[in-house]
Amino acid sequence: MTTIQFIHLYIGLPLLGFVLSLFFKKSQEQALSVVSYLTAAIQLLLVLVFGLTWFFHGAEATQYKELSVYKTSSYEFFLDFLVDKLTLVFALLGASLTFLITIYSRYYLHREEGYKRFFNSILFFNLGYTLIIFSGNMETLFIGWEILGVSSFLLIAFYRERMLPVKNALKVFSVYRIGDIGVILAMWLLHHLWHSNITFMEMNTTVKLNTHLANASVIGLVTAFMFYISAAAKSAQLPFSSWLPRAMEGPTPSSAIFYGSMSVHIGAFLLLRTMHFWENQLIFKVFLITTGLLTALITSAISRVQSSIKSQIAYASIAQIGLIFVEIALGLDNLALVHILGNAFLRTYQLLISPSVVSHKIREQLYENKQSLVVKETQWLRFQRSIYLLSLKEWNLDNLLYRLIWNPLKRIGRGAKVLNFKYVFWVMAFVLIAGMAIRTNEQMLSETMRHQLPFFFSFWGFLIAVKAFTERDSVRKSLTLIMFNHVSISIAMSFNEHFDNTHHFWYLSGVIISWAIGYYILTRMRKTEWVSLDNFYGHIYEYPKTGFVFLLACLGLAGFPITPSFIGEDLIFSHIHLSQIGLAFFTAFSLIINGLATMRIYARVFLGPHIKTYHQTAKRSS
Amino acid sequence: MTENEIIAHSLHVLHHHLPSQAPLKDFIHHNTLHAFQHLPFHQGLAAAQELFGYQTYPSLAFYREQYKDGKISQAILDRVLQTAQHESLKNALIEKEYDENLHPKVGSLRSTWKQKLGFDLDTRVHPILFRLISSFLDQGISIWKFPHEKLSFLESIRALENESFGSLFKSKRAKALFQDPNTTLPVLLKTLTGSSDYFESYLLDQQFAHAGYSGMVYQIESRPQALTEARKISLHDLIFVECLLEIEALDQHFSKNWKTAADFNLTAYHFNPDEIGQSELLLVKSLWQEAYEWTYYDKVLSGIIHKHATAEPKAEAQGIFCIDDRECSIRRHIEGLHPSFSSFGTPGHFNIETYFQPDGSAQRTKICPAPVQPTHLILEKASEKEKLKELHFSARSHGLIFGWILTHTYGFWSALKLALAIFKPSMNKMAVSSSQHMHPDASLSLVYEGQQTADGLQIGFSIEEMVQIVSSLLNSIGLTDQFAELVYIVAHGSSSANNTHYAGYDCGACSGRPGSVNARAFAFMANHPEVRARLLVQNIAIPSTTHFVPVLHDTCRDEFNYFDLEAVPQVLAAKLQRDQAVFVESLDANAVERSRRFVTLSPSNQRSEQHEKVKLRSVSLFEPRPELNHATNSLCLVGRRSFSRNLFLDRRAFLNSYNYQLDPKGDRLQGILNAVAPVCGGINLEYYFSRVDNQQLGAGTKLPHNVMGLFGVANGIDGDLRTGLPSQMIEVHDPYRLLVIVEQLPEVVLETIQRNPATWEWFQNEWVKLVSYDANHGSFFVLRNGKFEAYQVLHQELPVLDDLLSLIANTPENFPVVELKSQAS
Repeated sequence: MTTIQFIHLYIGLPLLGFVLSLFFKKSQEQALSVVSYLTAAIQLLLVLVFGLTWFFHGAEATQYKELSVYKTSSYEFFLDFLVDKLTLVFALLGASLTFLITIYSRYYLHREEGYKRFFNSILFFNLGYTLIIFSGNMETLFIGWEILGVSSFLLIAFYRERMLPVKNALKVFSVYRIGDIGVILAMWLLHHLWHSNITFMEMNTTVKLNTHLANASVIGLVTAFMFYISAAAKSAQLPFSSWLPRAMEGPTPSSAIFYGSMSVHIGAFLLLRTMHFWENQLIFKVFLITTGLLTALITSAISRVQSSIKSQIAYASIAQIGLIFVEIALGLDNLALVHILGNAFLRTYQLLISPSVVSHKIREQLYENKQSLVVKETQWLRFQRSIYLLSLKEWNLDNLLYRLIWNPLKRIGRGAKVLNFKYVFWVMAFVLIAGMAIRTNEQMLSETMRHQLPFFFSFWGFLIAVKAFTERDSVRKSLTLIMFNHVSISIAMSFNEHFDNTHHFWYLSGVIISWAIGYYILTRMRKTEWVSLDNFYGHIYEYPKTGFVFLLACLGLAGFPITPSFIGEDLIFSHIHLSQIGLAFFTAFSLIINGLATMRIYARVFLGPHIKTYHQTAKRSS
Repeated sequence: MTENEIIAHSLHVLHHHLPSQAPLKDFIHHNTLHAFQHLPFHQGLAAAQELFGYQTYPSLAFYREQYKDGKISQAILDRVLQTAQHESLKNALIEKEYDENLHPKVGSLRSTWKQKLGFDLDTRVHPILFRLISSFLDQGISIWKFPHEKLSFLESIRALENESFGSLFKSKRAKALFQDPNTTLPVLLKTLTGSSDYFESYLLDQQFAHAGYSGMVYQIESRPQALTEARKISLHDLIFVECLLEIEALDQHFSKNWKTAADFNLTAYHFNPDEIGQSELLLVKSLWQEAYEWTYYDKVLSGIIHKHATAEPKAEAQGIFCIDDRECSIRRHIEGLHPSFSSFGTPGHFNIETYFQPDGSAQRTKICPAPVQPTHLILEKASEKEKLKELHFSARSHGLIFGWILTHTYGFWSALKLALAIFKPSMNKMAVSSSQHMHPDASLSLVYEGQQTADGLQIGFSIEEMVQIVSSLLNSIGLTDQFAELVYIVAHGSSSANNTHYAGYDCGACSGRPGSVNARAFAFMANHPEVRARLLVQNIAIPSTTHFVPVLHDTCRDEFNYFDLEAVPQVLAAKLQRDQAVFVESLDANAVERSRRFVTLSPSNQRSEQHEKVKLRSVSLFEPRPELNHATNSLCLVGRRSFSRNLFLDRRAFLNSYNYQLDPKGDRLQGILNAVAPVCGGINLEYYFSRVDNQQLGAGTKLPHNVMGLFGVANGIDGDLRTGLPSQMIEVHDPYRLLVIVEQLPEVVLETIQRNPATWEWFQNEWVKLVSYDANHGSFFVLRNGKFEAYQVLHQELPVLDDLLSLIANTPENFPVVELKSQAS
């Protein structure tokens, strides 16, 4: 088997499985689960057979350029794959665990409402995971990254008729979005370092790297930090750790593989994948070791005070991943790989058997006279107590994100209240016309003006995005604001050179169609239902199909890789100059907030406890 | 009322209405809506629905569908409407559209207030509050325990505050209030609500927003021994801390400028279940419910009078089983295969009211019905015991350094174990087995030798006590002569894996433990020569050739474990062997019958093969339904076996033996019904309410459950504790009330049940339905509004079937009442 065939098969399988699984009926439990575990079983077989032959044939890294999606003279968006040791280890991990867990879930989820959704999401997750570990460049990785984010959202909000899973799914999604900023900005920086979209193989070619980085060491460092942000967000390292225990809302097996193993170790994967990029940056390595150790110490303290079994395991796992980050920083990549595998297997199993802790421990107490440990009080009592109290409060990590990011955003949003929707609408119309007018008469503008204008437009876009995110009432306004945000970004970009109208088309086509679909659905629903953003409405109970279409529209609007807008996003960044840091920042931030705002709309309208109480509905606190 | 009186009153209401579910180690079934039991059933359900917003009935659509499918009979519906004098409502029942949305009173004040504030207080306060309570109560999950666990909840938090650099609170006001000794609950409530007019509504709203935790706290407050490691906590302390956290959250969010309920001039409500009337919708539902129930009841009653009379055979072997509905089918199978076997039913603690202390343990566990306060203790003396250590639960696996070593090594072993657990499930350290309760070879301290424990429990039983235990049990079930040579005392327990609610699967009469100790103790007493000699005086002549054999039936694995076989006289060995062979065959048949409800189980040709598959469920980590427990229970038959023998009741019936001829005054019946009403009625209503509102009265699906502190389960890590039964336990259950059919004259029954007010309440208010069967005239009387009225059976057919098992093996649905062809004739 050649590498190419292997890659095709390996990535094609979950895609095929996922598409197939969409066509089965809810009641076809057998078929759904068989598709899922066969997908994983064949993957497992493939990775074993291929891995062995690969190993005995010299174990060389192989890169394969798959498909050029969009190409201009200066820019190319292409899918690229890479197979090396790292890929195969993660493939082995993913395939073996997915295989075991899908078989486990066949029985475990029997008769569960949402049996189909569960296996759809698992296959979708599998697709995202496979894309990431086989990706040969940042663009391909980012597609997988996005799929992972959305499938995580769907799995955490699996019990969508309850409030906490939905809230926590949004919380995790927002942390993931922060991780996405890292990837987007890293992509942007790398693009400028190499003046083209590059592959990991090229990036790892040290000679080339050294010359680039020598000339731009600050950029190199910033890029590395961007990698850290993405990796830390996905692997629940400081300061993002508190999302992981909160992701344990779905059925136990899905928590076990995704948040016990596959999903949380993806951050470590990213660091290993980009290792050659930063391995000569001492500052970054020191930073990595420090945060890794800090994470390990703090989260293992938090793990010790947990009175719930799943959060205890989650924090213990984060602590080990902290150590894995240290190992990676020290260049011990083989050790790290063994550690990743061991930690993943151990935590998955621990989570799966977590319900047994009741009978096991009670039996110990009841039949074996097992007394619980009494921690000795030392002379450091005050210190001990403080750590205890702090750990009980999770070192305020859960509030940190609120305080640092969401509260300021809300304040901005509240401040932007003066910008009422009508006003925004007219300004938008003005911006559009003025933007076009200025563009056609570009020569009239001074150089500085031309340089500054994009910033202002993108700032305007950012404000609109925040307004969309903080809108508490009208769903349609919020949806429209999100669309406006994209338009503003598009206008902002048009002042940068080489940005022609096809780029607008790439970027806005998907966005506007998605917006129109979403707007239509909301307008139709409003005729019979109460729809607003002030609460969770849970309309999915009565409108499951409409809800699904609306989800697709939201994903399209958020620039998810189901419409050309996704490539548009990448295109946009390729046009931002290194000097336009403000522009890059606000554009990236806009995209993040956009994504959050759209998922928030979907969650508030369709998920959560149903607003109608004529049937069994869950309490808000459950 | 003064402020303190209002609070005392509100606490009283809370104590009464909060869910009263014990910590996980003792799962005891009870009527979920016990607080409404002083009201007639339908009125209680209406009150609970209007006040708390619980769904107390199935939906109208459910009833209408049942009606369309013929599962609610037209004739019965007409009769129900006629009896209730509501014939005019028939059209409304069948087609009128109603708004079924609920607008509960409890919760209304705070939700309006939070809406006006525009701030969801609970999402801020609940997580940290739950975390505090659960850490304080924790029984063995956390590695660092809550400091000062001997102090009360409030005191220990204060001590923690004083001893650390940081604080639980961030806002100055909350911190100051917490430290001020003059801060009392009225002060805090006044701050939050503005006026004492709101206290009652506010407290109810606040606590019912997390009824799971509040209920657990009150359980532990009222019964500290409910936890292995005792904790001092009270609802008052919980409310105190919660109010502080609320003040802090409000202060932080609004920088102290927030309005109370009084400022908004909101309306408070007064909580009074007795003044709630039944809306038309609920009247309609109550009529549907009656019709739904009677359609089924009528078939059962019809079965009883239409089946062919069976004389009890001259017994060659006898078995005394637990009353449990899961024993209903195994008795039927044994009797089918062994026509001269006769079986009896009685609560499975076999009259042994005692604590049991396993060897090597300092803990005692109650092995008799929960309300009983035993004065005896049985000690286990085991020669050797296997220690069960599971590294995966070890605290050290969460440590940094040991965890590092473990992940590099043991982590790979986990992968292998996982694969084995999936492809080759076998008995493992994680699984709970009924045989773990007591070592099969252990000796028990059954005879009182003058020893007592420090706290006054008598170790073992005196001969007089044994005589009393044996005679009252035998009298109660009507087995006082015609003893067979072998009498099996069949206790039961269950096995399961990865099951947090495992205690709910064992014997309810033994406080959620297997009944093996009880069976051994009873058999020992009944075999004791001196006991037998004294029984003779009481006219109970147990022949010297008779031997009692203790057995434990594992209801999940369908296995019999025999104890003390070495004591069986040699002359009975052949008979024992013959019986055991029959039991093996019966257990196979029973497993096949049970497996019809397990849809994921593929049918096999061989019964024994199918049985093996059923057994696997008890050790499979991935099996959320090792057995279906009491699901579908709906009947309780109190009478001689002859009136239910050969009747197929589909594992729905609790069977208690009783011979009315021996009990003309109803004294023995009184004892039976005093237990039947709360135990069987409790099981039945817990299933009923978990079924009709699995989200609020049940625990929802168990798949996402997370174990909190070993005492409860919650969804995720920030959720409230879930009470009631998970959906996997109730999904095949039909929401019928329990119908108790007593083979005794109505006037005797009526007089008997009125002797105990608690028992009378169950029957008078119809939380369980009661029918008296006059065997001499073949007539039924139903208890309505406290009086017996004659009941004419409508259903007139009773099919006789030959080979039922092959007929039902492939139908997961309910199967009608039929008569089984008697193999005796």
